[in-house]
Amino acid sequence: MKRRLLIIGVLMMTLSLIGIVRAQDLSGQLEIFSWWSGDEGPALEALIALYNSQNPNVEVINATVTGGSGVNAKAVLKTRMLGGTPPDTFQVHAGQELTGTWVVAGRMQDLSGLYAEQGWNEAFPPDLIDLLTVDGAIYSVPVNIHRSNVLWYNPAKVEEWGVSVPATWDEFLAACPTLQAAGVTPLVVGEAWTVNHLWESVALGILGADGWNGIWTGATPANSPEMVAVWNRFSEILACSNVGADSAGLSWQQAVDKVLAGEAAFNIMGDWAAGYMSTTLGLEPGVGFGFAPAPDTAGSFMWLSDSFGLPVGAPNPDNTLAWLSLLGSVEGQNAFNPLKGSIPARTDAVAAAPDLYNAYLQSAAEDWAGNRLVGSLAHGVAANERFMGDFNTVMEVFIASGSAEAAASAMSAVCITSGACAGA
Amino acid sequence: MRNNRDRFIAFVMLLPSLILVGIFVYGFIGQAIQTSMTDWGQNPAQPPLAATVIKSFVGLQNYENIMTDTLEFYFRNALVNTFFFTVLFVLGCVAAGMILALLLDQKVVGEGFFRTVFLFPMALSFVVTGTIWRWMLQPGGGVNILPQVLFGLSPIEFSWINSRDVWLPFEWGNVPAYLTMAGFAILAFLAVRYATARRWRASRYAVLAAVVVLLVFAARLWDVVWLPLDTPDAETPIAPKGFNAALVGIIIAAVWQMSGYTMAMFIAGIRGVPEELREAARVDGCSEFDVYRRIVLPQLNPIILSAMIILGHISLKIFDLVFAMAGPDNAKTVVPGLLVYTEGFRENAFAKASAIAVIMLFFVTLIIVPYLWSQLRESRSRGR
Repeated sequence: MKRRLLIIGVLMMTLSLIGIVRAQDLSGQLEIFSWWSGDEGPALEALIALYNSQNPNVEVINATVTGGSGVNAKAVLKTRMLGGTPPDTFQVHAGQELTGTWVVAGRMQDLSGLYAEQGWNEAFPPDLIDLLTVDGAIYSVPVNIHRSNVLWYNPAKVEEWGVSVPATWDEFLAACPTLQAAGVTPLVVGEAWTVNHLWESVALGILGADGWNGIWTGATPANSPEMVAVWNRFSEILACSNVGADSAGLSWQQAVDKVLAGEAAFNIMGDWAAGYMSTTLGLEPGVGFGFAPAPDTAGSFMWLSDSFGLPVGAPNPDNTLAWLSLLGSVEGQNAFNPLKGSIPARTDAVAAAPDLYNAYLQSAAEDWAGNRLVGSLAHGVAANERFMGDFNTVMEVFIASGSAEAAASAMSAVCITSGACAGA
Repeated sequence: MRNNRDRFIAFVMLLPSLILVGIFVYGFIGQAIQTSMTDWGQNPAQPPLAATVIKSFVGLQNYENIMTDTLEFYFRNALVNTFFFTVLFVLGCVAAGMILALLLDQKVVGEGFFRTVFLFPMALSFVVTGTIWRWMLQPGGGVNILPQVLFGLSPIEFSWINSRDVWLPFEWGNVPAYLTMAGFAILAFLAVRYATARRWRASRYAVLAAVVVLLVFAARLWDVVWLPLDTPDAETPIAPKGFNAALVGIIIAAVWQMSGYTMAMFIAGIRGVPEELREAARVDGCSEFDVYRRIVLPQLNPIILSAMIILGHISLKIFDLVFAMAGPDNAKTVVPGLLVYTEGFRENAFAKASAIAVIMLFFVTLIIVPYLWSQLRESRSRGR
């Protein structure tokens, strides 16, 4: 009898212990909303697999809406948020696409508690955290970093033509006639957004990091002589490019292909181009393709970053917090980034597992830890979505009229309607 | 009694769909019109996606903005593009469909096979069509090197969807004058037509209206009528108006996709002409060409009209084809449907997007309502 009681007691204790363990265990669902599919799908799946191994009872719903740089996903997300059915967490470019769209709208929850608990305030660069912060509250966890201001070339071909890789735009413009005489496009660009992408590297080169940041704080007014100088220089550079010829029909991959094929000398594109060349085309960094900071921008790292946040009204906030903790960890960042072809947002992650990263990514990680960091315009960091969209209009004004003054005054007008240059 | 009961049952049966259409079509049209008259997304102090966003009533401000603001030239480009696209797409489809239908009517061997082949592009979505044609119209490949590959000639240099050329240039500021003249021309045409048909009263009304239009033109009264839509001075240097050469490739792709559809409609129409009529004409000494010109084609008029209405409203709302072929930001190929998407869902300018959507609805209504009205009148007179 006593023994039986004892057994029952032990059983009950075990059961209650299991109960406690269960209570700490997460269950239910986690809906992850992103635009990562195709080439980028495996990186996300690696993260999900890691999450599943840590939280086996959570059912992960991978809600992907395909479409380049998330155009379609963002539209779907907006209808869901307006309709009051937010996902548990969603992919968003760090910077103004997060703060200027969602944080000002009061749709995001403060994560500074999670940052303090995980010790992330030291792990991520302060310049990055600044652009995730509004009034002292931090609103998302960055997973990866891409660099925008990179010049790509084909080392063998550049040697063959007898030009050096330009460190400044003056050097580039000096080499331009030589290349054109050889029947080569000196600088290749693609469809509309890649022209905007080129512009931000040119502007950073001429204005410098402080001048660039000044555009968004009002210290560098859009119609100032400095900005007119940017547009004038941009005009000289476009004269050495394929704009007006076949540019509008090229995707960024096709533009890169032209560089590799020797039809064009240089291309400025984000470092997803390194992923394309090393993973898709199987070229070795530094041998099959060469890279350098865009002219006049050495020492500056123009970044963009994918991040995830916790929307107000998310159905499973605890599961989301576990997901965000994984994203911000060294383990999570090293699982994701080698597959995505980007570098970790944490400055200490590459050192933890250097073998995972190729020569280009290692050099980028070094610059990420040491350079001045500035946010990209074309990829949603520096200015709000209204300004980004209207910047296409500014670019069209510039290309149609060829006038730097007209472009500068158009940009000034767009600054006012979007409120993007007032340092909000 | 019985009749009343039938009517009641019919009404009850229709009620659910009436309610659904009322809410999901007319209710939302009303909401779009209402939204277009607010400042949702126009006021930097009010985050457009906030749950508590305050939308103030601003009347027709958004409409005025898109018509007159210097930096809103994308919208005016879109209107001009829609005009040229619609005219050429509809004419192209009707002409190509008619030629195919007439060819297939010659009792060719394997007619069913060819009919399927020509109809097949319609089974594709516009996105697929656009992607394929985008590849084929690349500057350095596809269609452009065809003469070289086939005949050893020099390749075509035309950059189909990337061209910045503007053909038939005109000043945006003259558009009111063009519209006034077009109105006069239509009324004058009607007056002559009614007169030759001896419908004197209708003719008198048309003459009267034409004279009024002419007076408006002579007195440059459109300056008063169109004053709220005053053109920005910089329009031509920034966004020259005319037929954008970049549309040619898109029109070709669209005609390729939809001409099979008009072909099917025309074949059905041609088969509907009784063989006795053709025989009688031949007996009377009609040539094969005249059989088509005088007997078959006149009987196809209602079908041509239906085809034009259907194609017309497709072309006014075109979105996916242009998106796939030229991207959303190409000022030379932009159309209103693309702008609704980019302004609304990319830039969060929901009120502006609604205004553009309402203007699109207006143009579609211009095409559809007279058609529905004439159909209704026809079926009513037939019922009598």
